[in-house]
Amino acid sequence: MFQTVVSFLRTEIRGMSTFRKIRWIIYLLIIIQGIYLTIVRFTKGLGATTNLSDEFPWGFWIAFDVVSGVALAAGGFTLCFLVYLIGYHKFHSVVRATVLTAFLGYALVAVGLLYDLGKYYNVWHPVIMWNHHSVMFEVAWCVMLYLTVLFLEFLPVVLEKFKFHRLLKFMQRATIPLVIAGILLSTLHQSSLGSVFLIVPEKLHPIWYTPMLPLMFYLSAIVVGPAMVIVESTFSAKAFHRSLEKPVLVELAGFLLIALIIYIGVKLQDFYIRDAFKEFFTGSFESIHGLLEMTFFIVPVILLGLKKLRQNPRWIFFSAFLVVVGVVYNRFNVCWIGMLRQSNANYYPSYSEIAISLFLVTIGTMAFYFIARFFPIFPEHEHEETTNHEHQTVPLKMVETT
Amino acid sequence: MSKALLLDFTRCVGCQACEEYCAKENNLPSDAPDDKLNYKNFTVVLKRNHQYFRKMCMHCLHPACVSVCPVAALEKTENGPVIYYPSKCMGCRYCMMACPFQIPKYEWDKPIPVIRKCIMCHQRVKEGLPTACAWVCPTGACRFGDREYLLEIAHKRILTFPNRYVHKVYGETEVGGTSVLMLSSIPFEELGFRTDLPEVELPELTGTVLRRIPNVVITGAILLGGISWLVNRRMSLEQEHKETSRSEKRKKDKDS
Ligand code: SF4
Repeated sequence: MFQTVVSFLRTEIRGMSTFRKIRWIIYLLIIIQGIYLTIVRFTKGLGATTNLSDEFPWGFWIAFDVVSGVALAAGGFTLCFLVYLIGYHKFHSVVRATVLTAFLGYALVAVGLLYDLGKYYNVWHPVIMWNHHSVMFEVAWCVMLYLTVLFLEFLPVVLEKFKFHRLLKFMQRATIPLVIAGILLSTLHQSSLGSVFLIVPEKLHPIWYTPMLPLMFYLSAIVVGPAMVIVESTFSAKAFHRSLEKPVLVELAGFLLIALIIYIGVKLQDFYIRDAFKEFFTGSFESIHGLLEMTFFIVPVILLGLKKLRQNPRWIFFSAFLVVVGVVYNRFNVCWIGMLRQSNANYYPSYSEIAISLFLVTIGTMAFYFIARFFPIFPEHEHEETTNHEHQTVPLKMVETT
Repeated sequence: MSKALLLDFTRCVGCQACEEYCAKENNLPSDAPDDKLNYKNFTVVLKRNHQYFRKMCMHCLHPACVSVCPVAALEKTENGPVIYYPSKCMGCRYCMMACPFQIPKYEWDKPIPVIRKCIMCHQRVKEGLPTACAWVCPTGACRFGDREYLLEIAHKRILTFPNRYVHKVYGETEVGGTSVLMLSSIPFEELGFRTDLPEVELPELTGTVLRRIPNVVITGAILLGGISWLVNRRMSLEQEHKETSRSEKRKKDKDS
C-alpha cells in the first residue's frame, strides 16, 4: 500500500511542469500553515485565532465556511432534480461531479463548523437534545441527513469502481427516493439558513432584512447551483485536460439565466413591497455594498441575455463566476456587513480566520482532484450520445462504465 | 407567578453593592471589569449625567436566546429567570447573535468556552428568596417581586412624580415584555438601551416559518414523487411505443 503511494507520487511529480510544481508547493504551504493554525485554534481557543467579540459573535467562518459553503454546494440538488426527476438527461455527464462537489462541500461545512463551535465535541448534541423552536436545530438535522443522502448518492460510483455489482443494483433502485429526500432536505435547510436571520430584525440592515429571507436564500441557492456547475466543470476540464462539452454549458447557461431572472424579479418585488429602494440611495456603507451585490446579479443577466454571448463558453464561465461571487457577497452582507452598524463592533476577519478557511477550501479541492482521478466521475467518452436509453432508466450509471 | 425585578435608576446611589453581592452569590472572579459587561460579571453599575444605571440580562418573557438554542441549553423557567446549562451548550453562539440586548457573553480566551450571563439567582428564587442584588440593595432601587405588581408600582411612580421620570417603563413591551423593568430620569436611548425594538415576541418571527415545515415536507414529497412517477411512465411508454412500432415495421418488412 505504502509502496504504491510512494511510486504513484514519484511518477506524479516527475510528470509535472514547473508551473504545476510551484502551484503544488503553494498548496502544501497553505496546508502546513493550516495544520499549525488548527492546533492553535483548538489549544488556545477562539480568542487567540479570531477577531470575534461579544459584540460580534459570528464572523468569517460562519459567513464563508458555513453559510456560503452550504449555498455553493446547492448544485447537487438542483441538478439531481433536473436529471433524475424530470429526466433532463443532457446534464447526465456532469451529475456525478456535481454530487461529489456537493458532498465535499457539505463535509467542509461540517468541518468548518467544528472550528467555529466553542464546544466542538458537543456538535452531536442536537441529535438527542431537541429544541424544535430553533431554526439552527432544524438546519443541523437537515445538514446531517443531507450529508448522508449525498454520501449514498455518491456511493454507486465507489461500488462501481470496486465492482460490487449486487449492491450497486440495489443502490440504483434507491436513487429516486434518495434524490427526493435530498431535494426536500435541501429546500428546508437552504431556506432555513435565511430564517436563521429572521430573529434579528433589530440588528440586520433593512436592505437585507425581510420576512422573505428564507425565500431569498432558497432562490439564490437555486441560482448558484447551475453557476457552480459551470464554474466547477470549467475548472475540472482544465485540471484533467478534457475538452468542455459546449452544449451542456450552453444549456446550463440557459437555466442560470431563467433562475437569475426569477431571483431578481422576486428581490425587486420584495424591495418594492417593503419600500426599501430608498435604502440603496442613502450613500451609506450598507447601500454601497447592497448596490455592488446587485450588480453581480444584473450584469450576468445582461451578458447571458445576449444570445451570442450565451453560446460562448468563456462568457458563460465569466457570468457564472460573477453569480457565484454575487451569492457569496450576498451571504457576507447578511452575516457580516449588514450586522456591523447595530453591533457597534468593527469586525474584520483575522489572518488566521482567512488562512484556515483557505486551508479547508484547499483540502476540499485536493480531495475532489484525487477522487476524480481514481473514481469514474467523468464519462470516458465525452461525446457519447446522451440520448442512450439504457442509462435513462438506470440512473447514476454513467454512459460508459469502466 | 412569574417573578421580576424593578430597577428604579433614580433611586440608585451607585454603591455597587449589587455588583459585589452578585459576584459573591455566583462565584464570579474578582478581577471583572466594572465598566462593561463581560463573561466575568453578570451586572454592572454605570453612570451617565448624574444618574446611575445598571446593565444585566433582561430575562425576556419570550426570550430569543431560548428559542434559537439548537440544543435547548437555555431555558425560561416558570419563575421568570432565563437559565443556562453549560454541559448541553455546543458553543454556536446563536444566542449571542439573537439577543436583542446583546447580553450573553463568551469566554473568548478559554480553549473550552461557555456562555455567561445573569441567571437571576434562580436557585434563590426557587427557594422563595429575592435575587442577591435585590436583597442587598440599600435604597430599594432594585426591587424583586411579581411582575404585575412591580409594573403597577412603576406606573404609579411615574404618575405621582411625572417630572422625575421618563414616561416609560422599559421592558414592559420591548420584544414582548421582559422580567426586568426599568425606570429612568433620562431617556433610555441615552443610557444605551435600544428603544426601537419591535414589540413582537422575537421567537414568533422564526416560529411562523418553522411551523410550515411539516407542510412543506409532505406537499413536497407528494409533488416530487408524482413528478418522477409521471416522467418515468412517459419515458417507458415512449420506449414501448418505439419497440412496438419497430416490431410492426419488421412484420411489415417480412410480409412484403
Ligand atoms: S452558544 Fe450554547 S447556549 Fe448559545 S445558542 Fe449555542 S448551544 Fe445554545
